[in-house]
Amino acid sequence: MIHLIGPAVLASALAGIGVYGLLARRNAVLVLIGAELLLNAANLLLVTAAALPAGGLAAMPGPGAAPPTEIADPLLSGQVMAIFVITIAAAEIGVALAIILLLFRARQTADLTEVGELGEASPIGVARAAAEQPSGGPS
Amino acid sequence: MSGLEIIFIGLAVLTGGSGLLAVTSPRVVHCALWLVVCLGSLAGVYLVLGAEIVALVQLLVYVGAVVVLVIFALMLTRAPIEASRRLDAGPGQRGAAALAGIGLAVVLAGTLIYAFADSTVDLQADRGSAEKVGVAVFGGWLLPFELLSVLLLAALIAALAISRPRVER
Repeated sequence: MIHLIGPAVLASALAGIGVYGLLARRNAVLVLIGAELLLNAANLLLVTAAALPAGGLAAMPGPGAAPPTEIADPLLSGQVMAIFVITIAAAEIGVALAIILLLFRARQTADLTEVGELGEASPIGVARAAAEQPSGGPS
Repeated sequence: MSGLEIIFIGLAVLTGGSGLLAVTSPRVVHCALWLVVCLGSLAGVYLVLGAEIVALVQLLVYVGAVVVLVIFALMLTRAPIEASRRLDAGPGQRGAAALAGIGLAVVLAGTLIYAFADSTVDLQADRGSAEKVGVAVFGGWLLPFELLSVLLLAALIAALAISRPRVER
């Protein structure tokens, strides 16, 4: 017997912490940590929903009634989708870290406030290209 | 209050506290290590909720692989080991971020508390066993599962293509 309000509140707290991490950090890798916490909040909610009887909240009996005798959902949607989210998060963090490494190689920093624009056509990129080839600039 | 709920409350405090430290700590390595604690205790929460396979995958993929990747990225970008105030934005942005985070948490918690009301469930121990989840994944979820493998392959190739040094033309 367990109340499902606890996991639901924990999931919303994790989501709030994740949003704070996303918005308040300057280091790109630490911003990613915030994104991971957000994904985990979604995951926790999926697992919580998987503990409900088939039919979800609509199938719950009214207050005071006995808890339902469970008829398991054969697809186990909540748990399977939680595993899928973990997989997608692994793929996402691989690509994101490759992009951060590329950014670090190009700008020697992982600080997001120092990167105002991306790409070689940006003012910083053009200035760097001009600095590397002082004699022959782009004609 | 049942024993499961007491275990859950302990794990929830651990998860929330370490998550908060992971996004506020001034040392980057501490952030990554607090993330390990947060994700590990979240795996414990999954166990309490009866999802044992999800808990194992969480431990293997998140605590095992993702955190190692994050630590590698911190090392490769020469992040400062000692405490640094340059990791956080200015106080104004931090305040706005805290406001946004707390606002989101309150709105979500309000909605969810209203929705879940006082729903109590009897957890079945074998609900998240490997056999049941395996039958579900390779039964009804087979097509999304195969699509996920294509997505993983695409992400792998994309990461390789992005991080390869540029060939001079």
